[in-house]
Amino acid sequence: MKKNLKFIQGNEACVEGALYAGLDFFAGYPITPSTEIAEMLSIRLPQMGGKFLQMEDEIASMCAIIGASLTGHKVMTATSGPGFSLKQEALGYAIMTEIPCVIVNVQRGGPSTGNPTHVSQGDVNQSRWGTHGDHAIIVLTASNHPDVFAITVEAFNMAETYRTPVILLFDEVIGHMRERLVIPQKGEIPLVQRLKTEVKRDVDYHPYLPREDGRLPMSDFGGIHRYNVTGLFHDMWGFPTDNPQVVHGLLRHLVDKINNNVHQIARWKEYFLEDAATILISYGSSARSSLHLVKERRARGEQLGLIELQTLWPFPYGMIRQKCENARTIVVVEMNMGQITHEVKLAVHDPGKVFLANRIDGELITPDDIKKIIRLIQGKGV
Amino acid sequence: MPIKDYIRERFFPHLWCSGCGHGIVLNALLRAIEALGINKSNIVMVSGIGCSSRISGYVDFHTMHTLHGRALSFATGIKMSRPELTLIVPMGDGDALAIGGNHFIHTARRNIDMTAIIMNNRTYGMTGGQYSPLSGFGTLATTAPYSNIDHDFDVVELAKAAGASFVARSTTYHVQQLTDILKAAIEHKGFSAVEVLSQCPEYFGRKNKMGTPADMLEHYKENTTTIGSKKKQENPNLLERGIFVQKQIPEYCSEYDKIIEKAKKAVEGKTE
Amino acid sequence: MEKCRIIFSGSGGQGIITAAVILAEAAVLYEDMMAVQSQAYGPQARGGVSRSDVIISDSTIDFPKVIQPNVLICLTQAAYNAYSPLIRPGGLLLSDEKFVNTDRKADARQIRLPMYATVMETIKKPVVFNICVLGALISLTKLVKPESIMNVLETRIPQELLKMNNEALDLGIKMGTTCFRS
Repeated sequence: MKKNLKFIQGNEACVEGALYAGLDFFAGYPITPSTEIAEMLSIRLPQMGGKFLQMEDEIASMCAIIGASLTGHKVMTATSGPGFSLKQEALGYAIMTEIPCVIVNVQRGGPSTGNPTHVSQGDVNQSRWGTHGDHAIIVLTASNHPDVFAITVEAFNMAETYRTPVILLFDEVIGHMRERLVIPQKGEIPLVQRLKTEVKRDVDYHPYLPREDGRLPMSDFGGIHRYNVTGLFHDMWGFPTDNPQVVHGLLRHLVDKINNNVHQIARWKEYFLEDAATILISYGSSARSSLHLVKERRARGEQLGLIELQTLWPFPYGMIRQKCENARTIVVVEMNMGQITHEVKLAVHDPGKVFLANRIDGELITPDDIKKIIRLIQGKGV
Repeated sequence: MPIKDYIRERFFPHLWCSGCGHGIVLNALLRAIEALGINKSNIVMVSGIGCSSRISGYVDFHTMHTLHGRALSFATGIKMSRPELTLIVPMGDGDALAIGGNHFIHTARRNIDMTAIIMNNRTYGMTGGQYSPLSGFGTLATTAPYSNIDHDFDVVELAKAAGASFVARSTTYHVQQLTDILKAAIEHKGFSAVEVLSQCPEYFGRKNKMGTPADMLEHYKENTTTIGSKKKQENPNLLERGIFVQKQIPEYCSEYDKIIEKAKKAVEGKTE
Repeated sequence: MEKCRIIFSGSGGQGIITAAVILAEAAVLYEDMMAVQSQAYGPQARGGVSRSDVIISDSTIDFPKVIQPNVLICLTQAAYNAYSPLIRPGGLLLSDEKFVNTDRKADARQIRLPMYATVMETIKKPVVFNICVLGALISLTKLVKPESIMNVLETRIPQELLKMNNEALDLGIKMGTTCFRS
């Protein structure tokens, strides 16, 4: 048996990816179906000298990781549904103060306490707009364990690159399912380390003065520079201001640093698109059902293709528009009431050819479910 | 180091109303830090939201102005990752005990080494004088126009019950005692809760006809006494000031270091 | 190997989820195959009808759940009643004599073995019942080698319990082999 060959749950694959990326501080609160992440990190982090904290609630966990990140650590929290709602306030704080962190949401059925042990993809829009105020956000997902591992590493890299919270939006099926994972060797996936300021001790340091490329070098809080951090609109020193010019400039910066880099942030996989008359678009566990169907129907000569999204936000409108140009029908397969379907309709020239194939009863949508819906769309009946 | 070297002069004048007690708390805090001789680069101040929380902007430490009620949670993350730093968390009464009440009791329970200063002015000043969990039954506020029917917390009793290893109370009238208490609180290894009665003449004082700021300070003088004093025995209604709890119990960061040792040993045992 | 889709069903506490994980892990870690394992979560895992799905294959597995099993294991009557209609024609339905009456007509090979009774008779520990079931399963299906199961067990249970588990596995293998011949 190879030492780096594992047969583990998706939640564990996420933990392995996070540790590979350099995670050394985690705070969380138990909630199904994400709890395994906390349990496993409570074992693994102290073994490496890292810190694991179980806080009094999800709010406190989110705040604790932000505090720890500011001092120079790679941090993560993990939660689900109701806990994700509680994290929204501090998520906005991390956006405003540009503090890198990774938030895992293993989705379960909602709203409210919902359907804790069953799958759903109902938090797609919450992950985009859950915290108040205008902002940009990076939301990533994956459908199998090697990808869960890789996208988790990517989440840490993007959090450091853009100095922003990154949300990993998994689902119950992916989180709990056990599957094969070969852990990459050290160095196989490049890691992004925090961009540190070069400003020397006792020299005036401007914690919120971005470089020309938009990146913001950091000084570890508690280190050689004393500065202020606030969730209020702030100037280049990090001091509260309501100066309209500064307020405008900061909000533009927060949005532009992500939305101007959609091409860098967009991750997706494509299958059989060349001649596809019908293109499925899916993500997370429903992408597995979609791929199963696509392979099965291709074997029978049907012109079916699949785009599997790994970056959900910022939504890759341009990519979708281009890839779907020649498709007669686009079917978005997701386990909600059409949250990504809505974006796909915005992306393509003819929204009339975009349909939703969904399931919202807590069960994983099956290849057969999708097949029947496609036949209905095509007017062939089930 | 002169006191003025601990402040960020360019961010003055401060936003507190004239007569507000919070400046006195700032003064006492800086004197305590000066007396302890702590390097200002080793101090982190984390605050939440409210009049009191603005204190973090004025001091030349590492300062983090966070969310309403959540300062202790941010501070926990910082302290756990940099245990060698001195953490000071100034909070308002609504900040610490309404929206942040849960974080307050749990941070106390963990006994993580930091000093929470609850600047109790019995109102939400920044939003214009609404009643707080410390306003008290029968007081008036902009959201209690007919009289407040909420009973208040006793911060000291609450902190004791929550397991804080250092609990004290003073007022903005008793500046010398306040400085001494803050010194002891900062030096204490563990969670320190210090309640400071700090007057809000603008809202609480005006609504409840407490008179001028000087009258309010006078009120603190008249209505409080040192712990276990003769005056207290004669008049049980007086509020006690001083250090109520000061005990050494295992501190969170130190205990976590032991967990790391245990975990590392467990791995070594396995690989052998 | 063609895809094999297995449902383990029984009641919480019988160890069926553990058995499913061990089987799939053995296939992946020691036989270089692909496998996915999933299970019903929540109160079912602690009582009531409990279920775990395993797919083993030599190529990528996309849809991870089992809709029509080739192999169905039922360790309670309730599980049998609930899942026996799902089995693929020509599949294998393995059940235990003590817990299940195979009174239904299924288009499948129904094998009912005295696994629980044998374990209680010879080892006297109900905790290894699931390992005996695994033994019977691998001898009937040749999904993985017994050594691979033991390899997994070595990483999961204390040294002193290995012998007992090995015995249980052998008991199951024997029962499976015998019924093959008959």
